Amino acid sequence: MALLAIQSLQKSFVLPEGGKKLIVDVPAFALAEGQQLALRGESGSGKTTFLHLIAGILAADRGSIQLGSDDMARLGEPARDRLRARTIGYVFQTFNLLQGYTCLENVLLGMSFGPGADRARATAILQRVGLADRLHHYPRQLSTGQQQRVAVARAMANRPRLVLADEPTGNLDRKNAVEALALIRESCRETGAALLLVTHDAHVLAAFEGVSDFSALNRAGEAAP
Amino acid sequence: MTLLLIVFRSLRQHLLSTVITALSIALAGGLLLSVWTIKEQSQATFTRVNIGFDAVLGARGSKLELVLNSIFHLEASPGNMAEADYEFIKRQPAVKLAIPIAVGDNLRGFRIVGTIPEFFSGVEYAPGLKFAFAAGHGFDPAAKEAVIGSFAAGKLGLRVGDTFHPFHGLTFNPAEQHADTYAVTGILAPSNTPADKVVWIPLHGLQTMSGHDPRAATDVSAVLIQLRAPSAGFRLDLLYNKQGNRLTFAYPIGAIIADLFNKIGWFDQVLTLIAYLVALVSAAGVLVAIYNSMSARRRDIAILRSLGARRRTVFGAIVLEAAAIGLLGMIASFGVYVAIASGVAAVIRAQTGVLLDPWVFDPIMLWAPAAMIALCAAGGLVPAWVAYRTDIASNLAPSS
Repeated sequence: MALLAIQSLQKSFVLPEGGKKLIVDVPAFALAEGQQLALRGESGSGKTTFLHLIAGILAADRGSIQLGSDDMARLGEPARDRLRARTIGYVFQTFNLLQGYTCLENVLLGMSFGPGADRARATAILQRVGLADRLHHYPRQLSTGQQQRVAVARAMANRPRLVLADEPTGNLDRKNAVEALALIRESCRETGAALLLVTHDAHVLAAFEGVSDFSALNRAGEAAP
Repeated sequence: MTLLLIVFRSLRQHLLSTVITALSIALAGGLLLSVWTIKEQSQATFTRVNIGFDAVLGARGSKLELVLNSIFHLEASPGNMAEADYEFIKRQPAVKLAIPIAVGDNLRGFRIVGTIPEFFSGVEYAPGLKFAFAAGHGFDPAAKEAVIGSFAAGKLGLRVGDTFHPFHGLTFNPAEQHADTYAVTGILAPSNTPADKVVWIPLHGLQTMSGHDPRAATDVSAVLIQLRAPSAGFRLDLLYNKQGNRLTFAYPIGAIIADLFNKIGWFDQVLTLIAYLVALVSAAGVLVAIYNSMSARRRDIAILRSLGARRRTVFGAIVLEAAAIGLLGMIASFGVYVAIASGVAAVIRAQTGVLLDPWVFDPIMLWAPAAMIALCAAGGLVPAWVAYRTDIASNLAPSS
C-alpha cells in the first residue's frame, strides 16, 4: 500500500523579471510503506522543491500529495506544519542544526512540535546514533559527521512514517558519508519508515536497490533553481 | 516549555544586545520609578508634616514663607512679632496650645531655634508620637542649655555635656560667633521631621543672645498653634488676614504646602514626561535590537518552522523575548531606583529633616514594570511580524 501518492503535482515560481517558471511538474509518483528510494538528479533540477512540497514546507500550485489519509496539497499551512511535525523526518545536506542548542535540545525541540518532548527517548536515540557522550555538546563542538548524526536523530525522534533526505552526504567526506547513509537507512528499517533520498552522488545511488531518475519524473524539464 | 526554551536560548545567543538593551530599560524604569515615587512621597510627606500644629502666626508676609520658616526651618523669617501678640493668641479660647519660636542664629549652618519646653512635652508631632530623648533631657528655660535634633547632632558630632557657641544669622559665618556658651543637655530621638535638623535652645536665650538688639528682646519670630476645632482656624484667618494687616495667620498648614506643590507641579510634569520619553526610547531600543538581529535569526526561524513550528509560535517567541528583555530590565530598574531615590532622600533629609523611604510600596512599582514589559512586548511586534513572514524554503539553502 502506498504511503505517499502524488498526482499531477505542479509548482512554479515567480521570476524577478515577471512571469512564472514551472519548477516541478510530476504527473505521478508513489512510495510504499517502508520503501527506500533514491532519486537521482543534478543540482538545480528541482529535487529540493519536490521534497519541500512533500513536506508541506511549500504549498503546491495544483495536484495532490496523499500522505496516508491526508492530502498535503489541500491542507492549510498550520495543518501542513502539524502533519510535517508528526509524520515526516527531514535530513538536510547542511544538517540545519540550531547552533544555540545542545544536541539533546535539538532533538527535544524537534519532538516538541510533534508528539511532545520525551527526554528519555531523545537520549536513547542519540545513544543509538553513537552520541551518548555528546548529549550536552553544541553543534560547533562536533565534527561534521557527528552533526549529521544529530540531524538523523532529530529526524527519527518523532517516529516518522516518511523520512526525506536532501543530499544528506553532500557535506561529508567519504567515510562519514558511508556511515551517515547506513545510519539513515538502518534507522528507517528499524522504525519501518519509508525513505525518499535525493542525491546526485553516484556512490550513494549505488547503495540503493531502488533508484529513480528525477528528470524522468519531473516534466518541468530544464534546470530549475 | 518550548517557547520558554526558545526565548531563553535566543536571549543567551544575543547576550550582549540583551544586556545592553536590558540596561537601558533599567535606567529608564529606574528613572520613572524614582521621579514618580519621590514626587508622590514628597507631596504626601510634606503636606502631612505639620509637627502637630494646625496653624502658624507670624509677621505680615507670605503664608508659605511663614510655614517654610517656622515648620520646615527653611528660608528667612518674614520678621518678628511682639510678645503681646503671642500672649493675645495664647488666650484665645479656640487655641489649645501656642508655642512661640525665635530664630536668627545657627550652629555651623544648622539653625538654632528658641522655644519653650512645652514644645517637647506637650506636642504630638504625629498621631500618637511625642518627641523623645535618645540621650539626656530637655533644657532649663532659664539656663544656657540646648537640645539637639538627631540629624543635627550626628552631623555636628555633639553629645550630652558638650558646649558650643552659637553664630549669628541663619547662614554660617565663622566671624559672627556669639560669646554665649551653651551646654547640650539632650539629644532628640529621630522623629523624621524638620525638628531633627534643629539646635533647640530656650526662647529667652535666643532673644537675649549677646549682640542681638535689646529692643527686640521679647519679640518672637512666630507662634505655632494647635486649635481646638478646625472652624476656629477660619475665624482666626478672617481676624488676622482679612481684618488685620500686621500679622499673617497661615492655616491650614497642609493646604499651604500643597499649594506650593501645585505651583511647582509643572516641574514634576516635565520630569515625568522625560521619564516617559526615556521609557519609550528604551522600548524602541528593544525593537531595534531584535530587528537588527533578524537577518541572523532567519535561518534558525526557518529550521524551527521546518521542524513543524507554526508561524504563531515563532511570532510568540519573538514577542515573549522582547517582553523578557523588558522584565530583566525592570528587575534591574529597582536597583537603579533604590540608588537614585536613596540619594535624593539623603539630600531632602539634609535640607529639610524629612525622611523619604525608598522602600515604601507605591502602586507604580507594579504598574510601571507591567507597562514597561507591555511596551517592550509591543516593540517586539515588528520583528515578530518579520519572523512570522519568514519564508522557510529560501532560508534553508542550499537547494538541489
